[in-house]
Amino acid sequence: MASETTAEGPRTMVLNMGPQHPSTHGVLRLVLELDGETVVKAQPDIGYLHTGIEKTAEVKTYAQAITLTDRVDYLCPMMGNLGFCLAVEGLLALEIPPKAQWMRVMLAELTRLNSHLVWLGTHAIDIGAMSVFLYCFREREEILRLFEMVSGQRMMTTYLRIGGLALEPPLGFFERVRKLADILPERIDEYENLLTENPIWKERTQGVGRISLEDALEHGMTGPILRGSGLQWDIRKAKPYSSYDRFDFDVPVRAGGDVYARYQVRVEEMRQSVRIVQQALDGMPEGAIQADAPHVVLPEREKMKTQMEALIYHFKIVTEGFRVPAGDFSQSVESPRGELAYYVVSDGGPKPYRCFIRGPSFGNLQGLPKLVEGGLLADVISSMGSIDFVLGDTDR
Amino acid sequence: MGEAGPVKAVLESVGLAVEAREHRRQWSLWVPAERIVEACRLLKQDQGYRRLSFVTAVDWYPVEPRFEVVYSIHSLERNDWLRVKCRVSGENPEIDSVTGVWGAAGWYEREVFDLFGIRFRHHPDLRRIMMPQDWQGHPLRKDYPLSGAR
Repeated sequence: MASETTAEGPRTMVLNMGPQHPSTHGVLRLVLELDGETVVKAQPDIGYLHTGIEKTAEVKTYAQAITLTDRVDYLCPMMGNLGFCLAVEGLLALEIPPKAQWMRVMLAELTRLNSHLVWLGTHAIDIGAMSVFLYCFREREEILRLFEMVSGQRMMTTYLRIGGLALEPPLGFFERVRKLADILPERIDEYENLLTENPIWKERTQGVGRISLEDALEHGMTGPILRGSGLQWDIRKAKPYSSYDRFDFDVPVRAGGDVYARYQVRVEEMRQSVRIVQQALDGMPEGAIQADAPHVVLPEREKMKTQMEALIYHFKIVTEGFRVPAGDFSQSVESPRGELAYYVVSDGGPKPYRCFIRGPSFGNLQGLPKLVEGGLLADVISSMGSIDFVLGDTDR
Repeated sequence: MGEAGPVKAVLESVGLAVEAREHRRQWSLWVPAERIVEACRLLKQDQGYRRLSFVTAVDWYPVEPRFEVVYSIHSLERNDWLRVKCRVSGENPEIDSVTGVWGAAGWYEREVFDLFGIRFRHHPDLRRIMMPQDWQGHPLRKDYPLSGAR
């Protein structure tokens, strides 16, 4: 890095932030060139959490690969499941029954709430508002309990299957979801009471980390960052998947382009997610939770034990996996962080030939220098928090 | 996501589209690798594909040309995603960088360089991004073993 030199030595200094820094929420290294307290240049250094998930997916059958998609963005496991399953279902041209679609929408929105709650709590704690974290994790805990109830796991759910869902939701599940959906609006009011008009919060976030829509698009940023810079674009509306077109919700937009605008967008998104969850509960269709595709979907236990044909299908799917017609398919879903795309290439075999994951955090982090350069060192923390990146999603 | 018909015609009229295929209602356009920047500029400026969603590659080893570089581009106005693909030979794989067209390509091309070993000419900062800088080999190549000695 070239820097101006004065009689006392170089004018700027290089500060290494991370890879182990509490506000990076993972292992991100940020090389900052500082002039006093002003950031002249910022260079994110990623890859510390690269685990070769895409390479691993190439040696797993499609059904096994679902377990990897939880681990990409570990704050929204169901979103990864959904993106991957939709991409493979696209290749297979499978028709998913309505109940499974509604369940998927409901779980995707609970996942969004889960992710946004973690974001809000940690973002606030970074800036110094300790109590918000405790409030957010109270509700997040209930969402994780719901995930555990439905899938047996709090975080790595792997509840979705190619062709539908793994299991029928257990008795009492919907009642508990409804209970949560009923209290959430007033809980979100509580968070807002703590922050929205809080003078310290406003001081730390308004006018900080500003980015224009042009710049955000140019750097590959998506999701709440674009919506915080005034673009009304949400994949759930633009290219509805999994019956999102049957739900009534708004896409919040703010024009500020700063940390505060992104905060407002995400809080409003939480309210919209609650609305979607409530609609999903009200209109939950009856019927099957898996597609009628015996060559892909595992047969019911009872049938497997009594019918020869089902036993053969079961044996084939379990031992070698199902074959997917050759071709490629790309599915974009609106993850809490932005455009999550799964690009799956099949060569006709039972394993994905190539599975590329466009993690939204990767593109969003690329724009981080634009947010922090020219600002104060202390504001780097609040800008980083407002991007809401997950390093698992960035490095894969 | 299929309304790439007119785009295909435009590219064909200037000799930029080698092949176009629709699969499961998604379009892919193949462009000669040496003219990728020209094609991308045309797609962005005249056809409204303002956003680059991602750049990745597929290794068809041992078929030659071995690599397929895939650009997923998106037009907000048309509400359409389109895949532009280039075939790149396995011997000294090189292609021009599209960072001059979409800044977002920067990190994606670094990733493809890192994991597939395809060099992007005129890239402003072509370094490894996922693997350590002194790493040998390119992990997403099909002849790179999943475990054990390389």
